[in-house]
Amino acid sequence: MTAKAKNQDQNIEKREDVELSQDKPVFMPAVDIIEDKSNITVLADMPGVNQENIDITLEDKVLTLTGTQCCCMPEDHDLVYNGYKCGIYRRSFNILADVNENKINASINNGVLKIVLPKAEKAKPKKITVQTG
Amino acid sequence: MIFPITRNGVYSPFARLRTLQNEMNRMFEGTGLKREAFPAVNIWSNENEVILKAELPGVTADDMDITVEGDVLTLEGERKAENPGEESSYHRRERGSGTFIRSFRLPYEIDNGKVKAAYKDGILKITMPRAETSKPKKIKVSAE
Repeated sequence: MTAKAKNQDQNIEKREDVELSQDKPVFMPAVDIIEDKSNITVLADMPGVNQENIDITLEDKVLTLTGTQCCCMPEDHDLVYNGYKCGIYRRSFNILADVNENKINASINNGVLKIVLPKAEKAKPKKITVQTG
Repeated sequence: MIFPITRNGVYSPFARLRTLQNEMNRMFEGTGLKREAFPAVNIWSNENEVILKAELPGVTADDMDITVEGDVLTLEGERKAENPGEESSYHRRERGSGTFIRSFRLPYEIDNGKVKAAYKDGILKITMPRAETSKPKKIKVSAE
């Protein structure tokens, strides 16, 4: 059995508009976070998740990714080997840099979610020119 | 890797192979927990076909090789690492990269020509119908 980091979702969140009382296991997706001069890029492995089943929120500098896997089990077949379970991917991060919230770009391709957070102008490193005199 | 590994004072060549296998598996370690093997698969079967689903995020169809020989399915490929560029730095790097290979022995022989594989949203689904020669034949008993 593959042991992913299981995070049993026991706490009820404060958001009222999301149905959270599901019976599925919650996993933490493996994530790469890369920072360069103008962006912070987050890459998360979420196989089985397509565009419609993703929820990304940025609230109070906390970025939360939630993706629901499409649990398509073949019917009329017996399960012979169980390597992974079907569930929900969820992970939260504190984003410390100042981010331009309006220009955040997210896309999912082949099960990899890519979020590009452009840094706000004041967070970019600025060149300071030295004046003579 | 070059020191002879001894087990109770006796040189055991298999111990070195075991550590090599562990190192290969470690390449794909997830968030710090030990993973059995990459990629994770689920296999379903009934009398006529075997269906295998593998979690392979970020691997394109060109980087995958699927071979079926008799009753053995071999899945191998490479997950390429993203090259972020010169002026960037990693805050966190958990997604592994590299080559992987995994083989499975199936409950019966497979018809090579009719194997179908589809890759969608990071999940590879391989449908393998049973070879006609391996299907059980009913034998009629004739009364004499």
